[in-house]
Amino acid sequence: MTTAANHADHAHHGHHPKGLAHWLTTTNHKDIGTMYLIFAFTMLLTGGAMILGVRAELFQPGLQLMQPEFFNQLITLHGLVMVFGAAMPAATGLANWMLPMTIGAPDMALPRLNNWSFWILPPAALMLVLPFFLGLAGIGPGAVDTGWTMYAPLSIQTGWGMDFAIFAVHMLGVSSILASINVIVTILNMRAPGMTLMKMPMFAHGFLMTAGLLILIMPVLAGGVTMVLLDRHFGTHFFNAAGGGDPVLWQHIFWFMGHPEVYVLLLPIAGAIPHVLSAFSRKPMYGYRAQVYSIWSIAALSLVVWAHHMFTSGMSVGGQLYFMYSTMLISLPLAVLFFCWIATVWRGSVSFETPMLFALGFVILFGWGGLTGLVLADAAAVPQYHNAYFLVAHFHYALYPTTVMGAMAAIYYWLPKWTGHMLDERLGKLHFWTVIVGVNLTFIPQFFVGLAGMPRRIPDYPLMFAEWNMLSSTGALILGISHLMFIYIVIKCVRGGKKAEASAWEGATGLEWTVPSPAPYHTFETQPVVK
Amino acid sequence: MRGLIKVGLGVMATLGSMAAWADYSWNFPTPVTPIAHETLEVHNLFMIIITVIFFAVLAIMLYSMWAHRKRDGHQAADFVKPNSRKQWAWVMVPFAALLFIDYVVFGIPAYHAVLMYEDTKTDADMVVKVTGSQWLWEYEYPEEGVKFTSRLVTPRTQVMNVDPKGEHYLLEVDNPLVLPVGKKIRFITTSNDVIHSWWVPAFGVKRDAVPGFLREFWATIDTPGVYRGQCAELCGKEHAFMPVVVHAVPEAEYREWLASKKSGQAQLAASTDQTWGKDDLMQTGADVYAKSCAACHQPDGKGLPPAFPPIAGAAVASTAFMDAEGNMVKGGHLDTVMNGRTGSAMRAFKEELSDVEIAAVVTYQRNAFGNAAGDLVQPLAVKSLR
Repeated sequence: MTTAANHADHAHHGHHPKGLAHWLTTTNHKDIGTMYLIFAFTMLLTGGAMILGVRAELFQPGLQLMQPEFFNQLITLHGLVMVFGAAMPAATGLANWMLPMTIGAPDMALPRLNNWSFWILPPAALMLVLPFFLGLAGIGPGAVDTGWTMYAPLSIQTGWGMDFAIFAVHMLGVSSILASINVIVTILNMRAPGMTLMKMPMFAHGFLMTAGLLILIMPVLAGGVTMVLLDRHFGTHFFNAAGGGDPVLWQHIFWFMGHPEVYVLLLPIAGAIPHVLSAFSRKPMYGYRAQVYSIWSIAALSLVVWAHHMFTSGMSVGGQLYFMYSTMLISLPLAVLFFCWIATVWRGSVSFETPMLFALGFVILFGWGGLTGLVLADAAAVPQYHNAYFLVAHFHYALYPTTVMGAMAAIYYWLPKWTGHMLDERLGKLHFWTVIVGVNLTFIPQFFVGLAGMPRRIPDYPLMFAEWNMLSSTGALILGISHLMFIYIVIKCVRGGKKAEASAWEGATGLEWTVPSPAPYHTFETQPVVK
Repeated sequence: MRGLIKVGLGVMATLGSMAAWADYSWNFPTPVTPIAHETLEVHNLFMIIITVIFFAVLAIMLYSMWAHRKRDGHQAADFVKPNSRKQWAWVMVPFAALLFIDYVVFGIPAYHAVLMYEDTKTDADMVVKVTGSQWLWEYEYPEEGVKFTSRLVTPRTQVMNVDPKGEHYLLEVDNPLVLPVGKKIRFITTSNDVIHSWWVPAFGVKRDAVPGFLREFWATIDTPGVYRGQCAELCGKEHAFMPVVVHAVPEAEYREWLASKKSGQAQLAASTDQTWGKDDLMQTGADVYAKSCAACHQPDGKGLPPAFPPIAGAAVASTAFMDAEGNMVKGGHLDTVMNGRTGSAMRAFKEELSDVEIAAVVTYQRNAFGNAAGDLVQPLAVKSLR
């Protein structure tokens, strides 16, 4: 994603530092978007390498490669790194690149804030994983090992890797709140003349809701981890029953953040995918208003269903019924989105370039993730699914197709705009089919092994689960390899390829396709007018 | 492409051959309680419904991808919302169907199931208290005064792949929970340290054990047998190694077991009143250490600092544990073992171990791993300090 070719046209703006100093001080949304995406992908590979270690250990029953305490660090870091390091920054990277371009703005509204919100991330990530590498070197107890949910009192009891995780969460929270403020201000103030909220690209709608949710939920998590910190070191008893506290309070705080977080990850992708589906069906988006209202209702509902993660923690009958029925309610706006996505493709003139394949793959696999979520809403049946591999398979079907496949669909779709080159379709398709084999081979066996009774987060398991685990580990290896193909395809596209035109895809519509490919360093110096 | 097909066929063949294994597990185990029967029914119904929805939608999508291909010259339509009555029907029918599935097909049975699940008190015949500890289960029959701990017996050599793994690898314990069939059992859960979760899939129940709080569930087992499960909430490093094993037996057999358990406890009480010699204490202490202490403090007493400090060479193991008047030294060796250390992973063993076991293990720790305090702890002293 080079912008080197475009540096000439901004030279008249004065002196710009070169090299590392350029990247440290840049306030350009494209540069920052690129850094976000590179950071997210580095984290995806880090979290992926960790889970490959886990899957290697789970390939056979017995402990072959690691001790349980190390295994627990791997699963915990995998979760935290993927959610906070890979999925959220990838979406923010896309937003940085595409929001100004799709709404006709020259840049993000608050460029310096933008720089800062990115540069908080690498130290935060370092903070999170540092105890892990220190532990490998024989220093200290290793990284946080409580599972990404950090349930108290286990998180009170564990070693100082937890303290590092707490401060990392604080920094990640600051970063996403700053980025969210920037997104909201940009969308509300910098739209091209004539672009009303209801003419705005769906991508902007998705990210607007994500940003709003983040501002509501990240402070809650920050407060929660601070309470853990106080319990650990300053003698408070927020989560210690012996001192009048309540361990389950942590679960409420965590899931008040954790459940909307799922939609934080989904909504930017649910905003981007309709553009891809519409472009390759050569047909306008179906049900624009219905989609916008659905995104709004999903965001609102996501804030009031959190305790369906806690049905086995013990809850009043009224509480269980409320959280069960309100959870089911979310399936309705989601169904509207699916309907609109499918109706967008219906009777179009459909072609299957790589971005379209990933978008369709997202719709189908995420559909299965959503349907399995429906059974998990049943408070009475959930004891059989909860904290078993069925749950693991369910949320990976919900999160992998969105945060990874959906983001890849969006990246492949806009890549010609960023690099000025078309991507290698043959390799792109190979990448897609590798992902499809990998993701299904990894997670389908996990449904079965979960129903058979395998709990999650165990480094060793009874013999009856052996074969499914072997299949799942094989799938994970294939999935891991597919990500390396992605790097190769993107680098190849950056370096060269067929020249992309301003409107790189035949059916693509939107302001971003009216500027040359690659897009100039400052996209719209005069605002376009939307009629 | 041909390569892909070969891989696909290979995977199908593997799956096919596995499905042929009669005892292969891929769905819930045979249910043996009312809740488990209900859950399995709802689960099977729902798997069918969501599978049908999934493949119906997939079929529509595949049809569209096939029939509306650009390659075959299909011209794009330009509709963006429902325009006719027929199209409105297309929009509303799936929506109404989902609403119906959510709140009628699914919602009504779920309502009754939740009420059934939570009705722990009506006609309950007996109570069993389940306490989670890192990393074992403690069972108590409050009405009978019977109490014991239940922990994994699979040897570490099997886990580390030195010895071949047995049939019930990781699902075998020293003292299983024994329960009568046909009785409504009210379970009460709690925990000594972190949150655990008691789960037996054949019972269809899973409930967290939360320190400082009581949670409830119930089960009426309809078939005698051995039922196995595992802890389902990450509770630290040995989380994978604290299984649940339940022996469900006819009532007469249960009574018999209860009587033998009670006489065993009476014998133990008698042995508490004797004065023990060093060799007996050290021998018993070594056994207790191996099952209760070694997971954290390690078999060689060197611990895993900083979470699990060493006992070898520890100051606490050489200084006095009782003062001249026979009172407990606060923070001393015996106090630490009996009452735990707040703010650390060291929990209280007072409830979990008997007087003899505590006396023996403290004696052992003070005189093993190169420690040479030389003194003995008598079970009677422990009893008096409770």
